[in-house]
Amino acid sequence: MSRSWAELLGEDEAAPEPETERAGMFSRLRDSLSKSRRALTEQIQVAAFDPGDDLSWERLEEALLQADVGVPATAELVRRLEARGDIAALPDEIALLFGEPPTLDVKHAPAVILVVGVNGTGKTTTIGKLSAILSARGHSVVVAAADTFRAAAEEQLEIWAQRAGADFVGSERGADPAAVAYDAIEAAQARGRDVVLVDTAGRLHTQTNLMEELAKVRRVIERKLDGAPHETLLVVDATTGQNGVQQARLFKEAVGVTGVALTKLDGSAKGGVAIPIAYELGLPVKLVGVGEQLEDLRPFDAQDYARALVD
Amino acid sequence: MFDALSDKLQSALGDLRSRGTLDEEAISRAMREVRLALLEADVNLEIAREFVGHVRERALGQDVRKSLTPGQQVVKIVHDELTALMGSGSSQLAFSPRPPTTILLAGLQGSGKTTAAGKLALLLKKDDKKPALVAADLQRPAAIDQLMQLGEQVGVPVYADERSDPVKAVRDGIERAKADGRDVVILDTAGRLHVDEALMEELAAVRREAKPTNVLLVLDAMTGQEAVNVAKAFQERIDFDGVLMTKLDGDARGGAALSVKHVTGRPIKLASVGEKLDALEWFHPDRMASRILGMGDVLTLIERAEAAVGDDEKEEIERRMMKGEFSFDDFLKSYKMLRRMGPLQGVLKMIPGMGKQLEGLDQVNEKELGRVEAIILSMTPHERRVPHVIDGSRRMRIAAGSGTTVPQVNQLLEARKQMAKMMKMMGSGKMPQIPGAAAGAKPRASATRKSSSKRKKKARR
Repeated sequence: MSRSWAELLGEDEAAPEPETERAGMFSRLRDSLSKSRRALTEQIQVAAFDPGDDLSWERLEEALLQADVGVPATAELVRRLEARGDIAALPDEIALLFGEPPTLDVKHAPAVILVVGVNGTGKTTTIGKLSAILSARGHSVVVAAADTFRAAAEEQLEIWAQRAGADFVGSERGADPAAVAYDAIEAAQARGRDVVLVDTAGRLHTQTNLMEELAKVRRVIERKLDGAPHETLLVVDATTGQNGVQQARLFKEAVGVTGVALTKLDGSAKGGVAIPIAYELGLPVKLVGVGEQLEDLRPFDAQDYARALVD
Repeated sequence: MFDALSDKLQSALGDLRSRGTLDEEAISRAMREVRLALLEADVNLEIAREFVGHVRERALGQDVRKSLTPGQQVVKIVHDELTALMGSGSSQLAFSPRPPTTILLAGLQGSGKTTAAGKLALLLKKDDKKPALVAADLQRPAAIDQLMQLGEQVGVPVYADERSDPVKAVRDGIERAKADGRDVVILDTAGRLHVDEALMEELAAVRREAKPTNVLLVLDAMTGQEAVNVAKAFQERIDFDGVLMTKLDGDARGGAALSVKHVTGRPIKLASVGEKLDALEWFHPDRMASRILGMGDVLTLIERAEAAVGDDEKEEIERRMMKGEFSFDDFLKSYKMLRRMGPLQGVLKMIPGMGKQLEGLDQVNEKELGRVEAIILSMTPHERRVPHVIDGSRRMRIAAGSGTTVPQVNQLLEARKQMAKMMKMMGSGKMPQIPGAAAGAKPRASATRKSSSKRKKKARR
């Protein structure tokens, strides 16, 4: 059974989601992951897998590397499977690397969620969808356009906010992003809203000055509201290669990332880079994007993901 | 750029470089490391295998064994093969004999098409073309606004019609560009997944309508193993002519750049190397191979320097140099020029042999450049022209004004003196000894951080 929004958001009294919707995540994920030309199972030749045969292990290694799992996490998976002597345990072992199922903390007044990432991973779109989902679940949402760099980023977010029925806090292009975040929290406090989603400009993690700017946004949020930001989500594009690990490492150092949103899993990309991000850095994946529709943003379910990846 | 791959390849080949003779075992060992380096850099598995196969075969050949410096020969072979992998030949775009030339940009969501369109328009404008932009991305909210704003920034007209469909938008856009006498039309299309049948068909329809002179696949340099699938799918459906690689200014590992030509036969033509709109460059596979192998890239360095310095500026500097004058105004000008050439670290890496010496030289120096500017701007015009009037109390005022300390001001005053001396010597035709550590190029505390992470990497293996 896939993880539901109620579970992710830690709602205890919430009405259970319809079965069809919960089943949706797995089938969509499987649909999208199986679009890749060869499933892992086929590549590994699971049926003919012989634990005593070096070539079998080599095929497993290569299959994982081609899914962007990377060298260290692949080595760890192979080590664990060798210890168990059973290739059928692959999905289990992958799911185990993701750790305990995470929650997304929105139980504050207001809860502040800072969204960060490199350029073009889908931060604004993810925020747009998340604001609509949270609104539909009875939260009142403020979105803050703290991407004051990219041309028309603000307009893009404003359109999403309108669709979601969320409040929108913007500013001039080139304005101080920290000030936008500050204003948004202030607005949320004044109007009694309960979630603030802060969109930031995409930046390459290697640009020290831009990372410092981001750290400042975080500091201003911290000072404005005790305990905030309650979540800092790193948006990672599923087509990213091993560079994604470095992205996660540096964003974590700079702004204390609490979770990952893995987007664009509806391509043929397997998003395997999420595995080393979770395994090497201990960062849980909280959300996945499996399509362009609103309902295609889903809570991440490690079991589902691992099964869809392998089968 | 491609630092991780660069480090690993250089260390894999380092052992060979110094050897007088090469045996099969040494080569095999190096090749295993090269293969791992490529895999860790997201290079497609089959391509990595083939690459290593080629290099090994050639390395074991007669030419290498007879060579006096076999290690160097192997490095040269790797260089050749890297170059071939990224595409030999010209990186130029095709220009139609009957303008307008049309350039269609296509790619996944978030690969950077719209920004690339703006940058390309600027690059072509600088090349004395009259480009126009056409918005055919009617999908993403505010994509048209983004293109409009970019067009305004680079001073290029943008044709857009929100209520249109992409095919019609392209047709109208090209018509309007023609009527306005524009000679290059850049078509910005919506991002789409290569597995999305309907959207790929739409793109094919746009292509049929536009009959573009050039079709460029815009590809994020950080793409992993997926790059191959994406490139193949776009190749099959819309048959692009070349690749525009974006986000190369990060620490992308290079897998996409090294894989895409091999699977599609289409070369990388352009590379985006920074956030600023002028950070788009023609791609040169041989130069990139040199950079990856730590051999520097003098040609790009010279080109960037030329672009950063205006002609009259150049003459002015030469004139002053001959006279041995070097005021703080000149100092500031040269600093600004350096900064216009892109991030300091990237610039220095293009100097052969500098790559290795730069470990530790972190972005802190970018800050130092900012400080230099602040100090100079806190001087009066008179002080800048006649620096020797700057006495103790003036130094205190300058330090306070620039938010620095008197020792920092002193350091800068000393640096100017040294530079003036050097200029004088150069002006008089004598080549000065270049001091080992130029002012501000000292390794910083961050050096330890970098080396410790390296140690960790080794320990893991």
